[in-house]
Amino acid sequence: MRADRIRHFFVYFFLIFGAVIMLFPFYWMISSSFKTAAEYNSFPPTWVPSNWLNLDNFVRAFEKRNFFVYFLNSVIVTFCSVALTGIVTILGAFAFSRLRFPFRNAVFGLLLAFMMVPFEMLVITNYQTVTRMKMVNSLPVLIIPFISSIFYTYILKNFFDTIPDSLYYSARIDGASNWKYLWRVMVPIAKPSLVTIMLLNAISSWNSFMWPTLVITSNRYRTVQLGLFTFMSEAGSDTKLQLAASTVSILPMIVLFLFARRYIVNGVARGGLKG
Amino acid sequence: MADVKTAKKKSRDEQGNYIFNRRFEPFGYLIPFALGLIVFTIYPIVNVVIMAFKEKYRLSGRYDGFGLYNFEYVLANDDFRNALSNTFLYVFTVVPIATVLAILIANLLNQKIRGMAIFQTAYFLPMVTSSIAVGLSWRYIFNTQVGVLNWILSVFGINAVDWLGASGARAPWNIVAVIIFGIWNMLPFTIILLLSGLQNIDPMYYTAARVDGAGSRMMFFRITVPLLAPTIFLTMIINMISAFKVYNEIIPFWSGRPGAMNNVYTMVYFIKEQFYSKDRLGFAAAAAIILFLIIFAFTMLQRFVQRRFRY
Repeated sequence: MRADRIRHFFVYFFLIFGAVIMLFPFYWMISSSFKTAAEYNSFPPTWVPSNWLNLDNFVRAFEKRNFFVYFLNSVIVTFCSVALTGIVTILGAFAFSRLRFPFRNAVFGLLLAFMMVPFEMLVITNYQTVTRMKMVNSLPVLIIPFISSIFYTYILKNFFDTIPDSLYYSARIDGASNWKYLWRVMVPIAKPSLVTIMLLNAISSWNSFMWPTLVITSNRYRTVQLGLFTFMSEAGSDTKLQLAASTVSILPMIVLFLFARRYIVNGVARGGLKG
Repeated sequence: MADVKTAKKKSRDEQGNYIFNRRFEPFGYLIPFALGLIVFTIYPIVNVVIMAFKEKYRLSGRYDGFGLYNFEYVLANDDFRNALSNTFLYVFTVVPIATVLAILIANLLNQKIRGMAIFQTAYFLPMVTSSIAVGLSWRYIFNTQVGVLNWILSVFGINAVDWLGASGARAPWNIVAVIIFGIWNMLPFTIILLLSGLQNIDPMYYTAARVDGAGSRMMFFRITVPLLAPTIFLTMIINMISAFKVYNEIIPFWSGRPGAMNNVYTMVYFIKEQFYSKDRLGFAAAAAIILFLIIFAFTMLQRFVQRRFRY
C-alpha cells in the first residue's frame, strides 16, 4: 500500500512538472500582456503582473494595427474554408465510396500517392497561378486552393466505406436518389467524422501562415497570423504589445480546444494533422 | 392509343435519363473536387518537375533545354547547404528527444489518475495554437537579458546564453533555441499517437506479468516498449516527415529572418526565398524536389514498416 502511494506521488509529481513546462509559454504570453514596461524588463522576471486589469498593451496594440480587421478576415476565411471544403469533401468521398465509375480505385490510389507531396513543393506553381488569375490580395485566394483536400476526402471515404451497403439498397428501393441518400442517410451517420474534419480544417486555416504571407500584401486582407507577423517585423515595435495581440489571437483556438478536445484528439490519433 | 405511345416514349426517355445518370452522375459529384485538385495539386506537381529541369541562361534569359544545372547550383549553394545541415540537425534531434519524452508522458497519462481532462489540456494545447503567436512568447523566454531561461540558468550559476543573438562564430545557440521550441511543439501530437498505441495493448499481458511477479520497470521494458515499438517507429517517421518541412518555427524568433546571422536556413525557408524574394523558380523547384525525395524515402520506409508489422 505504501509503495503504491509513493508511486502515485511520483506519477503526479512528474505529470504536474511536465504540465507546468507545457503550459508555461501560454502563461507567460498571457501574463506578460498585462505587464508594465518596468515589469516586462525586470530581471529576475516578474512572475505575476501587479495589475491584471492593466489593458494598456491590448488597447495600444489594437490602436497601432487594425487587428479588428485581421480578426474579421481570419473568421471569414476559416468559416468559408470549413464550409466549402466540407461540401466538396462530402461529394468527393461519396463518389469514391459509393458510385461506380471506371478506374475508381486506381484513381483513388493515385490521389493517396499525391498526399506525399508537400504543400511547400506545390506552392511555387500555385503562387504563379493565383498571380496570373489576379487573385492575390483577396480573401478567396486564402480559401480556394485548399478546398480539394485529398487528406480529408480520404478520412471521410474510409468512414463512408464502413456504412453497410444494405442501407444504400433499401434507400434506392424506396426511391431515394443518390443525392437524397447522401444528405439524408450518409451525412448524418458520418457526423462524428465530419466534425473531426471540420475541426482539423478550422485549426489549420486559422493558423495558416506561409501561404498568406505570399499572396497577401495589402493591409485590408491580412489574417491574424499575418497581422502578428507584420507587427513583429516593424522596426522598434514593442514586444509587450505583440504578446497582447498574440494572446488575443490564440483565444479562439483555446476555446475551441476546451470544448472539442475529445473530437480533436480522436481525429489526430486517427489521421494526424494536415501538413 | 396515343396515350400508350406517349407513355412508352416517356418511359424510354426516363430510361435514357437513368442510363445517362448512372454513367455521368459520379462526375457531377467529382467535378468540384477534381477541379481544385487539377489546378492546385496535379498541375503544380507536373510543373515543378519541368521547372526544376529547365535550364535558363541567366544572361540571355532564354530557356534552353533541360538538364541538371538547377540541381548543381542548389547543391553547391552555401545557403542551401546551411539549410540542409540545419534541417537534418533539427529532424534528428527534435524527433528522438520528443519521442523519448512522449513515451514517458504517455505512460504517465495512461494510468488511472484524477484530473485527466486538465492534464490532457495542458499537454495537448500546443497542437492547436499557432507557432507564430506562441513563438513570440518563446522569444521572450529566450531573451538574453531578461529571459526566463537565462534566469533559471543563473540560479544554477550558469552564465547567460545568447540564445537568439549573434554572438559566437556562427551563433550556434540559434538553432538550439529552434530545436527546444520544436520539441515543445511536437510533443502533443506525439503523445496522442503513443497514448492511443498504449491503449491498444491488451491489459492481459500486464495481468499475466504481475502474476509472475514482474516489477513495473520490468513490465515497462519487457511489455510496453516491445509492444509499442511499431507505434513508436511509425510516429517517429510521421514526425520526421513533418520536421523536414520546418519553417514556421524559425519565423517568430528573428521576425522572419533565418537566424541572427542568416545561419538558420531551413529547406523550406530556402525554397521560399528562392522563388518569392529572389524570383529564381528553377532553383526553388530543384530544392523542392530534393526535399520531396527525402520525404518520399521516409514515406516508403513508413509503408514498409507498416506492412512488416501488419499495423
